[in-house]
Amino acid sequence: MKKSVFFGALTVAGLAAGAAAAGTLDDVKARGKLNCGVTTGLVGFAAPDANGEWNGFDVSVCRAVAAAVLGDASAVEFVPTTGKTRFTALASGEIDMLARNTTWTFSRDVDLKFTFVGVNYYDGQGFMVPKELGVSSAKDLDGATVCIQTGTTTELNLADFFRSNNISYEPVPIETNAEAQQQYLAGACDVYTTDASGLAATRATFEAPGDHTLLPEIISKEPLGPLVRHGDNEWGDVVRWTLNALITAEELGVTSANISEMAAGTNNPEINRLLGTEGTLGEMLGLDADWAMKAIAAGGNYGEVFEKNIGESTPIGLARGLNAQWTEGGLIYSPPFR
Amino acid sequence: MSDTSAAFVRTEQVPPSPPPSSATGPYKWAKDNLFSTWLYGLLTFVSCYVIYVILGNTLPWIFAGVWNTSSLAECREVLDGVSGGCFSVLTERWNQLLFGFKYPQATEDTPRTVLGLLPTVGYWRPSLTFLLFFAAAAPVLFYKLPRKLLLFTAIFPFLAYYLIWGGTIMTPILALVGTVVGYFVYQRLVTGSFAAGFFGGIAAAFVVWIIGGMLIPENANEGAMLQAVPSRDLGGFMLNMMLGVACVSLSVPLGIALALGRQSDMPLIKWICVIFIEFIRGVPLITLLFVASVMLAYFFPPGTTTDLFLRVVIMITMFSAAYIAEVIRGGLAALPRGQYEAADSLGLDYPQAMRLIILPQALKISIPGIVNVAVGLFKDTTLVSVISMFDLVGMIRGPILASTEWNGVYWELLGFAALLFFVVCYGISQYSQWLERQLATDHR
Amino acid sequence: MTIMTDPPQESFRLSMLLNDTRYRSYTFQFIALIVLIASAAFLMSNLFSNLAAAGLNISYQFLGSPAGYDINQTLIAYDSQSTNARAALVGILNTLLVAFLACVTATIFGVIAGVLRLSNNWLVSKLMSFYVEIFRNIPVLIWIIIIFTIMIAVLPGPRAFRGDEPSASMVLNAVAFTNRGVYIPAPVWGPGSLVVVATFILSVFGVFAYRRYATKLLYDTGRLLPMGWPSLAILFVPTLLIYFIMGMPIGLDYPELKGFNFSGGIKVGGPLIALWFALSIYTGAFIAENVRAGIQAISKGQSEAAGALGLRQGRIMNLVVLPQALRVIIPPLISQYLNITKNSSLAIAVGYADVTATLGGITLNQTGRAIECVLLLMLFYLTISLSISAIMNVYNNSVKLKER
Repeated sequence: MKKSVFFGALTVAGLAAGAAAAGTLDDVKARGKLNCGVTTGLVGFAAPDANGEWNGFDVSVCRAVAAAVLGDASAVEFVPTTGKTRFTALASGEIDMLARNTTWTFSRDVDLKFTFVGVNYYDGQGFMVPKELGVSSAKDLDGATVCIQTGTTTELNLADFFRSNNISYEPVPIETNAEAQQQYLAGACDVYTTDASGLAATRATFEAPGDHTLLPEIISKEPLGPLVRHGDNEWGDVVRWTLNALITAEELGVTSANISEMAAGTNNPEINRLLGTEGTLGEMLGLDADWAMKAIAAGGNYGEVFEKNIGESTPIGLARGLNAQWTEGGLIYSPPFR
Repeated sequence: MSDTSAAFVRTEQVPPSPPPSSATGPYKWAKDNLFSTWLYGLLTFVSCYVIYVILGNTLPWIFAGVWNTSSLAECREVLDGVSGGCFSVLTERWNQLLFGFKYPQATEDTPRTVLGLLPTVGYWRPSLTFLLFFAAAAPVLFYKLPRKLLLFTAIFPFLAYYLIWGGTIMTPILALVGTVVGYFVYQRLVTGSFAAGFFGGIAAAFVVWIIGGMLIPENANEGAMLQAVPSRDLGGFMLNMMLGVACVSLSVPLGIALALGRQSDMPLIKWICVIFIEFIRGVPLITLLFVASVMLAYFFPPGTTTDLFLRVVIMITMFSAAYIAEVIRGGLAALPRGQYEAADSLGLDYPQAMRLIILPQALKISIPGIVNVAVGLFKDTTLVSVISMFDLVGMIRGPILASTEWNGVYWELLGFAALLFFVVCYGISQYSQWLERQLATDHR
Repeated sequence: MTIMTDPPQESFRLSMLLNDTRYRSYTFQFIALIVLIASAAFLMSNLFSNLAAAGLNISYQFLGSPAGYDINQTLIAYDSQSTNARAALVGILNTLLVAFLACVTATIFGVIAGVLRLSNNWLVSKLMSFYVEIFRNIPVLIWIIIIFTIMIAVLPGPRAFRGDEPSASMVLNAVAFTNRGVYIPAPVWGPGSLVVVATFILSVFGVFAYRRYATKLLYDTGRLLPMGWPSLAILFVPTLLIYFIMGMPIGLDYPELKGFNFSGGIKVGGPLIALWFALSIYTGAFIAENVRAGIQAISKGQSEAAGALGLRQGRIMNLVVLPQALRVIIPPLISQYLNITKNSSLAIAVGYADVTATLGGITLNQTGRAIECVLLLMLFYLTISLSISAIMNVYNNSVKLKER
């Protein structure tokens, strides 16, 4: 028995999840649950609803991975993390993957030793102002008080932007979105800045969303994506290709509605390879042949996930924009399944 | 000469006339207690004004409150511009506030247990634990109750663990058996030497746990009578209560050990204790919680992970142990020197002197201080919201305020949290004062 | 015939390590040392193997690299190109600032509430008990959030000051209360202002000298000099004279609404005010209890004796009760100051840039150097606490009743 003595009893009790193994994939399979780090609550991306069910765009990635690995989209333990705790949680093995609107940057990749497996949302930092201020460009914001939601690269981008435009501002760093919103609405700050998607999500919850406007400037590149620890490439591959499977599924027109039909076999060899009716892709990953099918069936393909959680039909109402498929002028592009 | 000349002498006593109206009744009371000098009069008026302003603003708001809508927008519609509280957030999110948003709820198709009556999961489990907690705490708090009730107190931790976390019943039973075996070994050996009894007891308990731990199958949690609940799913006020109760009860023995260590003649042990206590007391709890959330994971053996709840319990226990140690040290120092000398002259060795003479008295003196630390600690459990645990404050600042329905409800939620904490803490401090009076057998 | 025998010279036996109290303590300490070293080694080896497994290292180089973020309230020059170490220093100074301010006001609140709680006025004393109980029994985090929320909701935003008929206006045209903070006029030091300041400082010394002289005169001759108005006169008259003679060198820079915000004057930020007020009113409730306990600890006989000597009420308080009560009040008071300093770390709940928010917040977030940041943070608080404890010990020794 590999487990240490006293932890034996505790493990059974669920107090201490125990035991190392060779790889994260084996750990997850042995545990029967995927531990997925998410934000503590950002509507549209990851937030618990009134029944305590987690929902959102990032959450769907977790569910897809769980479905691919374990065959059960609900076998996910969501671990809420703050900007502070997320990297330690991942590095120390408390979570298997982090899907928490985290920007892919050089230092996080190289210095903090994480592997970003891809980008599931191309974002950029934007500004929201009340319409009555009559501001039409972020360059008019000289002297403004800016509410910043801390925890991502927001503060740094903001400092760079104001510095390069040689205008001044007063930062008000705030921990949670709810509190930032409260201050912004009370007029304690003139501008609220965070990722444009977050702004849209926040504005959607206002009493009068029409009174607020998003400024045209997007001051940073924020490729958000799920990440895993360095050094466990098998697991990294599983997460990367699960994400790619969702993207490819949209490109090839595989949806949760027609997937069972397509799984019977189609004329398109790539679909067949994706869904496991042809080739041995699943085996190469160490998963079942129909891993991608389960992942797609869990919440639909990339486009469906987008539309359901943050798309134009939802209160958040984000357009696809950069996040359209490459065939439609966007940046979402998956390497081929071959 | 007539006998009637004594007519002016009263035959009966005059009934005492009532005091003048200026020296009686509400008038005198008001004059003495409210308007005895002009300064006091002024203060009285100022106080009345303050009370008027506070009540004048809050009471209408409370009475106009709405209790049964499902979102803030709906509530505002019902209020229609009138100032009033949207207390419906409390009714709608009641369970989340008390139990967190992830504690599994019972549904129609949840399997039943205990003669098919109770669902295997659900809020009845923590609620029952809460009720049993009073039964378990009573004999500790009120020493006039029969001592036999302490048996239940001893069983309670295992019972509470089982009720809240569920899973296989083998785990708490094993823990209980280990403890009982350890206790009996201690009883046997303590007559020889305290150290032998103490360490022997611990060793025996560990032996039982290790052997038992190997016997429990890996998948024992499946199909257990009470479904296992991971501690990550705990939340709400329940989390505050659990952290408070668990950490205080764990930290009392640790605090006693630290206090004795600090008083010890052995320089090494003394310095270990001094450094530990001063270090912990010197840093804010929040940095210790940061340690729990971002650092402690690195100190566990590679490959094991320990969940956040356990790490937080470890840090808070260390924190309160240091404070309790200082309180007990005060109690030890307050004992007259003669008590120590008397114990020595009876020929008692150190453990005996401590167990039989010194600690019973020192602890008695320290109880009010310990209760104060406990209240402070219970309040400080709200800080776990800063490290993304969803306790009562965390629930409010996180999921509830972030939700689309209740975005913008502050007063009702914060007021509710304040009220809950006030009720509990005020209750404990009243108890502490009562106890202080009870214990005042007094050396004066 | 008796033979005096020496007690048998016991040779050292191994069993004495367990059974002889003289040696047993060595055994215990030895075991403790082994356990200590073993557990330290265990934890350290875990740490290093975990870090190695994650490919991380412990390095403090990030302190020298540019922080990259701005801070809204700084006591020293700082911009986004300053180093992380300087950001930490800004945070440290902000912590000390709010802690100092809160200590002062908490003492004032506490003393007033403590004394009033003992007053004969029923209503006032009940009101004060209510204040003490309600603040002592609700977590400080909740109070900080409540007070910050009140401030944001009740005070107007700068927008309300704008327009032809603004819904809010400045107090005396000099002070603006907004939900971003309070703007007060800032002094402008013209040429010659140094002289005025110097005069004022000299006047302060003058007041002390006068009071000493008056006391000495009282003790030597029994003649009582008036205290109140001469002190005030010494304090202000020369300063005002010099001020006008020098041609009013000190002016005021009034805050003015410009663009989005008020500019000019001094801004006391909203988070600072909320935190300051919350900490003072919360800790004030504890100090009130200490003050009450201190006053009640002085036996009634003391004030009765003083009364019998013919002292008036105020003098009984000043000369007899308070000096004795202070001995009881000050040690818990200092530990309350310690608590304020530690509780100021809750600043992150309101976005005040204290050391927990800069070093332990944004710097930690941005660099990901969690272990290093948390260690530095603990080191800072530990230094502060130990210094305050040291001061407390010195004080305790100096006021200790000299017993036989």
